[in-house]
Amino acid sequence: MADLTTNFIGIKSPNPFWLASAPPTDKEYNVRRAFEAGWGGVVWKTLGSEGPPVVNVNGPRYGAIWGADRRLLGLNNIELITDRPLEVNLREIKSVKRDWKDRAMIISLMVPCDEESWKDILKRIEDTEADGVELNFGCPHGMAERGMGSAVGQVPEYIEMVTRWVKQHSRMPCIVKLTPNISDIRKPAEAAKRGGADAVSLINTINSITSVNLDSFSPEPMIDGKGTHGGYCGPAVKPIALNMVAEIARSEATRGLPISGIGGVTTWRDAAEFMALGAGNVQVCTAAMTYGFKIVEEMISGLSQYMDEKGMTSTADLVGRAVPNVTDWQFLNLNYVTKARIDQDACIGCGRCFAACEDTSHQAISMSEDRVFEVMDDECVACNLCVNVCPVEDCITMVELPKGAVDERTGKKVADFANWTTHPNNPSVTAAE
Amino acid sequence: MSNTPLTPGIVSGRLVPEAYAHNFDDLEPVLDGHEAHVAADRCYFCHDAPCITACPTSIDIPLFIRQIATGTPEAAAKTIWDQNILGGMCARVCPTEELCEEACVREAAEGKPVEIGRLQRFATDRVMDKGVHPFTRAPATGKRVAVVGAGPAGLACAHRLAMHGHDVVVMDRRAKPGGLNEYGIASYKAPHGFAQREVEWLLQIGGITVQTGVELGRDVTLDALRADYDAVFLGIGLGGVNALRAAGEDLSNVRDAVDFIEELRQQPDKSKLGIGRDVVVIGGGMTAVDAAVQSRLLGAQNVTIVYRRGQEKMSASAHEQTHAQQVGVRIICNAAPVEVIGAGGAVSAVEFAYTEDGPEGLKLLADIFTLKADQVFKAIGQTLVAPDGLSGAKLDATPLARVWTGGDCAMGGEDLTVTAVAEGRDAAEAIHANLMGAVG
Ligand SMILES: Cc1cc2nc3c(=O)[nH]c(=O)nc-3n(C[C@H](O)[C@H](O)[C@H](O)COP(=O)(O)OP(=O)(O)OC[C@H]3O[C@@H](n4cnc5c(N)ncnc54)[C@H](O)[C@@H]3O)c2cc1C
Ligand SMILES: Cc1cc2nc3c(=O)[nH]c(=O)nc-3n(C[C@H](O)[C@H](O)[C@H](O)COP(=O)(O)O)c2cc1C
Ligand code: SF4
Ligand code: SF4
Ligand code: SF4
Repeated sequence: MADLTTNFIGIKSPNPFWLASAPPTDKEYNVRRAFEAGWGGVVWKTLGSEGPPVVNVNGPRYGAIWGADRRLLGLNNIELITDRPLEVNLREIKSVKRDWKDRAMIISLMVPCDEESWKDILKRIEDTEADGVELNFGCPHGMAERGMGSAVGQVPEYIEMVTRWVKQHSRMPCIVKLTPNISDIRKPAEAAKRGGADAVSLINTINSITSVNLDSFSPEPMIDGKGTHGGYCGPAVKPIALNMVAEIARSEATRGLPISGIGGVTTWRDAAEFMALGAGNVQVCTAAMTYGFKIVEEMISGLSQYMDEKGMTSTADLVGRAVPNVTDWQFLNLNYVTKARIDQDACIGCGRCFAACEDTSHQAISMSEDRVFEVMDDECVACNLCVNVCPVEDCITMVELPKGAVDERTGKKVADFANWTTHPNNPSVTAAE
Repeated sequence: MSNTPLTPGIVSGRLVPEAYAHNFDDLEPVLDGHEAHVAADRCYFCHDAPCITACPTSIDIPLFIRQIATGTPEAAAKTIWDQNILGGMCARVCPTEELCEEACVREAAEGKPVEIGRLQRFATDRVMDKGVHPFTRAPATGKRVAVVGAGPAGLACAHRLAMHGHDVVVMDRRAKPGGLNEYGIASYKAPHGFAQREVEWLLQIGGITVQTGVELGRDVTLDALRADYDAVFLGIGLGGVNALRAAGEDLSNVRDAVDFIEELRQQPDKSKLGIGRDVVVIGGGMTAVDAAVQSRLLGAQNVTIVYRRGQEKMSASAHEQTHAQQVGVRIICNAAPVEVIGAGGAVSAVEFAYTEDGPEGLKLLADIFTLKADQVFKAIGQTLVAPDGLSGAKLDATPLARVWTGGDCAMGGEDLTVTAVAEGRDAAEAIHANLMGAVG
């Protein structure tokens, strides 16, 4: 069986599955049970400064979107950082870590944006024997209004400054957690790197309103007739998170910076995808909140099986494997020509491909009296929409035209690799001539 | 309780009281909201959907299912009723496995169609339970139409005519409107007085007067109707039954299945109904299956359907046959009755000959067997009783000016509630076009 142990910025854990800083890691009771269930590590629910703890709302703090069978697809929350006293959390962290030395114990922190506050909190956690800290620059609600969380995470200079303080006043490995509520994720990642961060983790939650109650006209979750934006997470955010992870992994300035991948990880497959795009490990919140701690068993068995099948002996063999294949649009091969092919034996005659292509794409699918659907190669631009809307898996596939074959749509032969950078329609090419 | 399923002869009260309540309740209860959402989510919203083509009333199935999926069963019900005003009954009685659900692409894909019938019931029940009737009448046209027969065909015709602003008088010889919805359909398909509730709901449109106990040919003539009304619609169903043409047919306790079913439907307390211990049902259609199943549900010990041709020729759907077998009905195919044997004036057994179905028709073989029977139901097909000077195996009104026909009695009728509704509705449109054309 593949070896799942990971060494992430010097922090060892028996597998790459950590619980993200969130309700599942808010107290000793949870974390002990998580470790018993098999989780490789936890990032403790974010701690604030000493003094009266924050308060949470006392009405609903989560909102959700569901599939038809109530499968939870996206979750949104307006919860704040831990609302338990600092001393209690510190005592519990120390107690758990003492009993679970092989598991990763990271402490998430969020304190006001001044050096004293950071210096102070770092000193207070030293004694817990935790393995590292994660700086929460991501929380999009409640704390940002107080100049913390994503209010810091949206300003690269602040990220750099705070990270530097942390590295100055602590010897612990430092992970900077990034907010996705910015336009270019590479900027905060670069700032973290400049400040001396050992790693970044991403994504935190996305500003969102999950739904609007059309009777009371309030956003959900509703508190006394009002609602506010919350942080979106769960399966729905995975594609956004994957892209952001990939951007950092392949960017010149941040290449090689360790990444802890977060955002919609629900199965071993999600985890493997994050890792292939450069994440050294993953963090999970919504999936655990939806199904409980036991899901880690499936993640462990699934990832092991996959790695065995691929002949990978350690997670390092997987991490970053897909990064070289992430590129920019202008470098894609414009002479890669495919055509949609319908497997008539698999086709059930629903006509969705026809409706989609006829009404919204390229009128490249014909429909006969007796409901036979066929692709017309002279119209098909290979957009893939029919593949995406067809309810039968592998019924429509994209078949590559071999080099030299004639594309009936353009009448041209499939030529050698060429991309936009050399395309005659590209104005910058013409300008260069 | 003195009687049991083993008590010989025709007796009532073979079962404990709770068993009757259970046996004659909804066979397939309505979906709840969540089940409906899950079921609706399975629909692919097909282009030019094959299920629509397969529905005799052409309900826009993908649209109504999508309306359920998006939380608006009211809109869904309206979509259904736009095409089929008896969508509530049809949702309960249509052999969907041979109609819309057979055509559903998910039947082809995985042998598990979208549950169109149950979704249809979900939507229509929701709105009917609220007493909402979402149709109104066009301004009055001053035209009057007589509809003879208050079955599905007549009711669908009447509703559509009333909607177009005509005044309608519906006449039926029976005591209650509804036709076979009230007197024929198996009890467990539409329990709790659904047929009457649906008629009442349908009449909310206004402009329809129902006269029961009025028989065409006895109380009123076709000529009089043609003289008094601007148009006449005949939806009188099939009032007669085929004879067995076997010796001993006249022995007591040999009965038409439709009569038995009618009595059963009209008896609110099923424990009062007598049923034999050994029941033999002769026939292969829906009527035979319903008589047999309900005999079992009343506590008959042995119930056997005997059909003269092969199982594949039975007009009862495979689903109906399976249901019959599940409740313990035995089905014997390729056998025809040669003699009903009596003892003391009442039936005691039936003798059958095996048959062979060849190109020259059905041949009786020498191979004979006998089934013990204290009650026999004949279900070998209904026939038209053409009233008042009309004739033929099915009515053809084309030669008569301003007379239209539809449903079981008409050419093209299919012995299906939903077909009767379609034909009634289409006749109403034809009448409307005719009447308004005549005005303009
Ligand atoms: C036992 C049984 C079970 C069935 N089960 C199903 C089923 O599960 N699903 C399904 O789709 N179909 C079923 N059918 C068939 C379905 O009931 C009929 O196809 C449908 O009712 C036909 O409608 P209709 O309006 O043409 O006729 P009917 O429903 O027969 O209505 C005709 C009406 O006309 C009246 N009438 C007749 N003669 C006169 C007259 N001279 N004057 C005044 N009124 C008159 C009658 O009293 C009756 O009310 C079943 C039929 C039977 C007999
Ligand atoms: C294939 C595709 C191409 C699109 N192209 C454009 C575009 O050229 N310009 C634009 O403003 N938005 C474009 N959009 C975005 C859509 O207009 C729309 O904002 C987005 O899909 C969100 O709407 P939705 O609710 O339908 O998903 C495109 C969307 C798709 C799916
Ligand atoms: S999840 Fe638990 S704590 Fe939250 S509302 Fe439900 S019962 Fe209460
Ligand atoms: S979408 Fe797929 S199954 Fe449906 S008609 Fe097209 S090819 Fe066939
Ligand atoms: S055929 Fe089936 S899947 Fe397609 S629209 Fe009809 S019910 Fe939906």
